[in-house]
Amino acid sequence: MIVAEQKPLEEIRRMIIPYQRVLILGCGTCMTVCDAGGEREVSFLHSALRLAQAKSGNGIHTFSEYTLKRQCDPEFIDLLIDKVSDLDAILSLGCGIGVQAIAERFPDMPVLPGVNTSFMGMAKEWGIWDERCAACGDCRLEETAGICPITRCTKGILNGPCAGTKNGKCEASKDMDCAWILIYKRLEGLRQLEKMRRYYPPRNFRAIPRPKRLVKKASIGVGENDG
Amino acid sequence: MANSLFKEKLNSSEFLVTTEVGPPKGTDISEMIHHVELLKDKVDAINVTDHQSSVMRFPSLGGCLLVKEHGGEPIFQVTCRDRNRLALQADLLFAYSRGVCNILCLTGDSVDVGDHKEAKPVFDLDSVQLLKMIKTMESGEDMAGNELKGAPKFCIGASVHPEADLIEPQLVKFDKKVIAGAQFFQTQGIFDLGSLRRFMQYASQFNVKIMAGIIVMASARMAKYMNDNVPGIIVPQAIIDELATAEKGKGLQKGIEIAARLIKTIKEENLCHGVHIMAVGNEGIVPDILAAAELVAVGR
Repeated sequence: MIVAEQKPLEEIRRMIIPYQRVLILGCGTCMTVCDAGGEREVSFLHSALRLAQAKSGNGIHTFSEYTLKRQCDPEFIDLLIDKVSDLDAILSLGCGIGVQAIAERFPDMPVLPGVNTSFMGMAKEWGIWDERCAACGDCRLEETAGICPITRCTKGILNGPCAGTKNGKCEASKDMDCAWILIYKRLEGLRQLEKMRRYYPPRNFRAIPRPKRLVKKASIGVGENDG
Repeated sequence: MANSLFKEKLNSSEFLVTTEVGPPKGTDISEMIHHVELLKDKVDAINVTDHQSSVMRFPSLGGCLLVKEHGGEPIFQVTCRDRNRLALQADLLFAYSRGVCNILCLTGDSVDVGDHKEAKPVFDLDSVQLLKMIKTMESGEDMAGNELKGAPKFCIGASVHPEADLIEPQLVKFDKKVIAGAQFFQTQGIFDLGSLRRFMQYASQFNVKIMAGIIVMASARMAKYMNDNVPGIIVPQAIIDELATAEKGKGLQKGIEIAARLIKTIKEENLCHGVHIMAVGNEGIVPDILAAAELVAVGR
């Protein structure tokens, strides 16, 4: 899933200064799971903004709140159509994709990002998420024992560890595991060390050129375009 | 055309001695030139570091040209941290055209350890891919398969870490570097000759020259600092304790003593093919180390 962090309240307050009627818009998918912008966070942020406004004594904003099941899907975005007419801005707690999807759908509506989208990852334990995928478009996890060196090695190198690894940790941060030591140990356990001995050529950054587009091939075959 | 004098040394049975100079942060190159003048006739080649520890400096290629201009034999340290494959190939073409023919291929330190921590880390290639890239260029083609109008010919080397706390994955990478075409290796800092011996038992099966990296410590404090902050360096407690026995202000003298002792043993016991002395900021004392290690041979 996509992992994000809510922006500091002060930054959000600065962003909304020009707008009176602001909809705080949550997202019911990834942002809910990573506690950055689901229904609960929308409600908390709503209270926090109102409180801050009352405290500073110069309140001009009126807030409303709503949470879409997914902000990145036109089907759900359409549910906003009858809500936008009396708004001056939408403060989206969706990821960067959500913010852009909303902006694309409502050309005249300012859309503000309420979260910093961080990475694609997984919940490691309660309250901790770790990055796992860089969406490189050329997955080689079969060769690296299911551990991605592009994402988890700070240098993204493909032919084994650099000399900076110490106690199994990365030179960039003592808290970060060295991806290549993890790969080595797991390949050793799987008796597949020969995979590490192979030469891996430089990455092909055109695997899918940026910005990327994925077209479902089966749909092309039957002439459909709804994905 | 251009020819590597260092390559001739590699092909001989001489005990190899190289050292390094770190370019300045700024345009004042006088101290670097002084070090080059001081060292050029005492060693077989002088490495010029490439933004060592990811700290922005005068460029390694510019430093190599200075070494050439002052009559020395440069080894161009090339890291993958700051240049993509276009820039790497371009710099190598330029280097060759100016007679800089020895290349040390490195991945490069993480930008996180340096002084521009917010920079974009490039790492388009890694050190093994960089070695391969050079072999491709030598065959007359660029990485995209286009013909080069004039192909370079380099003497290429790489680094290896015999004192890594988990040696096996480092050896896997060492093998790849040998296969990719590395002709010489300058190791990361060696402090424990036992690990060098073990490494050489493995490495001696390959037809490559191994030069033990010798880092000169100026104090126990510096050693501890390096352990905590410099990627890949593991100074054993015994060396730190020995440095700590030095009288106030005599730390560097003790460091020279330790370095000379290591070099002397390596040479006497024929542990590997040579040494690479890294004085990190104290380049001026390298001649003292050579003298203390009785390495100021005839002709040097």
